[in-house]
Amino acid sequence: MNKNYETVFIINPVLSEKQVEDTVNKYTDVLNSNKVKLICNESLGFKELAYPISNKNSGFFHLFQYETEKIDLVSKLETELKRDRSILRYLTVSLCKDALEYNARRAKGEFKKKKEK
Amino acid sequence: MKNQFNSALQNESIDRSSKQKKFCRFKKSGIKYIDYKDPSFLKQFINDQGKILPRRITGTSSKFQKKVAQAVKRARHLALLPFTTDTN
Repeated sequence: MNKNYETVFIINPVLSEKQVEDTVNKYTDVLNSNKVKLICNESLGFKELAYPISNKNSGFFHLFQYETEKIDLVSKLETELKRDRSILRYLTVSLCKDALEYNARRAKGEFKKKKEK
Repeated sequence: MKNQFNSALQNESIDRSSKQKKFCRFKKSGIKYIDYKDPSFLKQFINDQGKILPRRITGTSSKFQKKVAQAVKRARHLALLPFTTDTN
């Protein structure tokens, strides 16, 4: 059965915009080469960090949402992320039914106005 | 004299009807999933030090308190929320 996952990672803020794009493309290639159904590929933008990670106080956040039946894909992607020095942090979460519903609504931009209070 | 003493020691009855009963906001508004990528929302569930607020204060039901805690912890890992904030 296909399972849905979501990966968020933080890219080093020192990189230029093009380098950020390249690193993102690198991981989309990893996903695409494994025949993954990429549902969401979205930049969450440049954000301040709540605490410093390896002496950096900010970073570029990026979000992937994908559907796959291969169990080992997540570990493959995570080892790639781990080896990469320009990635400060990453988090992969498997999504439940409610989360999928929420993400679909989020992609439409339903929550943007409501939650920015 | 005796009567006066007694009246002073007696507990006054508390008017509980004026106190509003706490409710779970997730159940009330029908939120099923709590997003860990939304720190501004999760900030309602942590105190100044960055600790997760207990259920008895926020009124969240047990089911959703678990989800709130999970979301806060994920947000902390991604540096969207602080683990601690220095009060010094």
